[in-house]
Amino acid sequence: MNAVAIHGQDLVKWFGEESNRTYAVRDVTFDAYFGELLYIVGPSGSGKTTLLSMVSGILRPNEGEVLVEKTALWKMSSNELASFRLNKVGFVFQDYHLFPRLTTLENVALPLILKKRPWHEALQQASKYLEVVGLLDRAQVAPVKLSGGEQQRVAIARAIVGSPEILILDEPTASLDGDTGRRIIEFVKSNVLNEKRCILIVTHDSRILEFAHRIMRMEDGKVTRVEAGAGRA
Amino acid sequence: MRGLVIVAFKLLVNDRAKFAALLVGITFAVFLMVMMTSIFSGILAKSSATVTNVGAKVWIMDRSVTTPASSIPLPDYVLDAARSMDGVRFAVPLYSSAALVKLADGTFQPVTVMGLDDSSLLGRPELLEGNIQDIYAENGFLVVKDEEYPKLENPQVGTVLEINDHRAVIVGIAKVASSGLFGLPTLYTTFNRALQYLPNTRFTISYILVEPKSLDAIPGIKAQVDKLGYVALTDDDFIKRITDFYIHKTGLGTNILLMTAISFLVGLSISGQTFYTFIIENLERFGALKAIGARSSELVAMILFQAGFAALVGYGLGVGLCTGIMTLAKLKIPDYASIITYQNLALALGMVVIIAGVSSFMGVRRVLRIEPFEIFRS
Repeated sequence: MNAVAIHGQDLVKWFGEESNRTYAVRDVTFDAYFGELLYIVGPSGSGKTTLLSMVSGILRPNEGEVLVEKTALWKMSSNELASFRLNKVGFVFQDYHLFPRLTTLENVALPLILKKRPWHEALQQASKYLEVVGLLDRAQVAPVKLSGGEQQRVAIARAIVGSPEILILDEPTASLDGDTGRRIIEFVKSNVLNEKRCILIVTHDSRILEFAHRIMRMEDGKVTRVEAGAGRA
Repeated sequence: MRGLVIVAFKLLVNDRAKFAALLVGITFAVFLMVMMTSIFSGILAKSSATVTNVGAKVWIMDRSVTTPASSIPLPDYVLDAARSMDGVRFAVPLYSSAALVKLADGTFQPVTVMGLDDSSLLGRPELLEGNIQDIYAENGFLVVKDEEYPKLENPQVGTVLEINDHRAVIVGIAKVASSGLFGLPTLYTTFNRALQYLPNTRFTISYILVEPKSLDAIPGIKAQVDKLGYVALTDDDFIKRITDFYIHKTGLGTNILLMTAISFLVGLSISGQTFYTFIIENLERFGALKAIGARSSELVAMILFQAGFAALVGYGLGVGLCTGIMTLAKLKIPDYASIITYQNLALALGMVVIIAGVSSFMGVRRVLRIEPFEIFRS
């Protein structure tokens, strides 16, 4: 088995005041490994996204800790957390959150620009990743002119352009038809996943479960089961 | 940071509708602010034209004088007293009055006649044509070539005018720094000829112009004149007195201030609202940037750049529009009283900075408050 990329220990997250507290995540402990495609699956409101947010340095847990390569995430300052997200994590949001006023290429280059790479160097690097996702010919097009599948690929290119070790995909197939969704996950597994990268996918789309190495099922904020996935590409 | 500035720039200008609305708001506000304050500056400059053009260091006048046009004749003894005061190098009389010039077609044109001290000609204008000595020739007058000059049918050296049934010959054409507020052409002659040509009251000296021995002597001169029951003002004091008169005694200052404040509020509301809407529409994207790893300070810098850029472009357009309209107005109305001064520009810039500051403050607050977690939940 590969090295542990992420270790979540006794994670608890609640919202609201003490008298009216709602638990989103309760005592979740889990590991995610490099080279692994780990699915977090569960019904709406089961705490998947909350768990993902805590793991990616976006949402502070009320209890517990997240270790990324043995570094405690929630002991970091807000600037260190921002730096962690920029350098270690790639995000593919459910609604992509591409910038409609920027070109596709500029959207992909955003993480590099945030890393203070020179503008032209960032665009050059981004164009390589657009090529990887097969959209180099659409580089100067505004994202709104792309199809849903193409936008998803742009979002993936943006997520991996900074070579993050952890890739987080939130409901990546929610807005896509079945075939496109499968092709996207196939593409991620065969082109993006490698031994130095861990990919976490939050989904309740059963059509793509077959690609998972492991599936972590959640319900009511708790991990109910971790099972091996079919893992085939 | 340069890359983020480019991103901020593209996010702003590529949203053409919002950017245009922002620019319209700021341009309109700047245009109104600069226009209002320029009109005020123009009125003040023109109302102080006599002081500026004559260029004397110290002016002695009646205490009640508020503007050069409202001079109250001084008795001769004040001139004698001034000449004997400590610190005075010399003191000369100045005559200023209105007169009617009969033109060749038989119509009359009101003019301002300035009578300069016969021996020193202190306060004489710079000549474009003619010789200053010719002012001593029989019936000699200088005419000022300014915006009002055509009202006298563009007289040349040698042109004969008629003033109060007296023959007046133009012996020189002069230029001055500023023309007067009331749209009257200006003629210069000697003090004594002015008295001969124009009907007078018992006292004939409009102002006494004083050349002090040094600037340090001015307070002493002021005190000595005060004991006589009159007032001595430096040129700056006199201009300030004129300014105060127009601001406080005519309602002009209040009106201009009100209009400037309204312009500011209009600009603030249009630009503030548009910029805030722009931020709100991009809030999720700012949240996404935050999630990706942008620091709050970087997002703040982007917003400040966007607000600052829009403000400066709007400022430039507003000043340009104002300048264009004033230039056109002056082509049609030569004595249109409006001047853009550095103070007007600085005031408008200051207000634009406030507009940008307030607009971006509202946006920054929203952007700082957004949690990247909300992006996941959306």
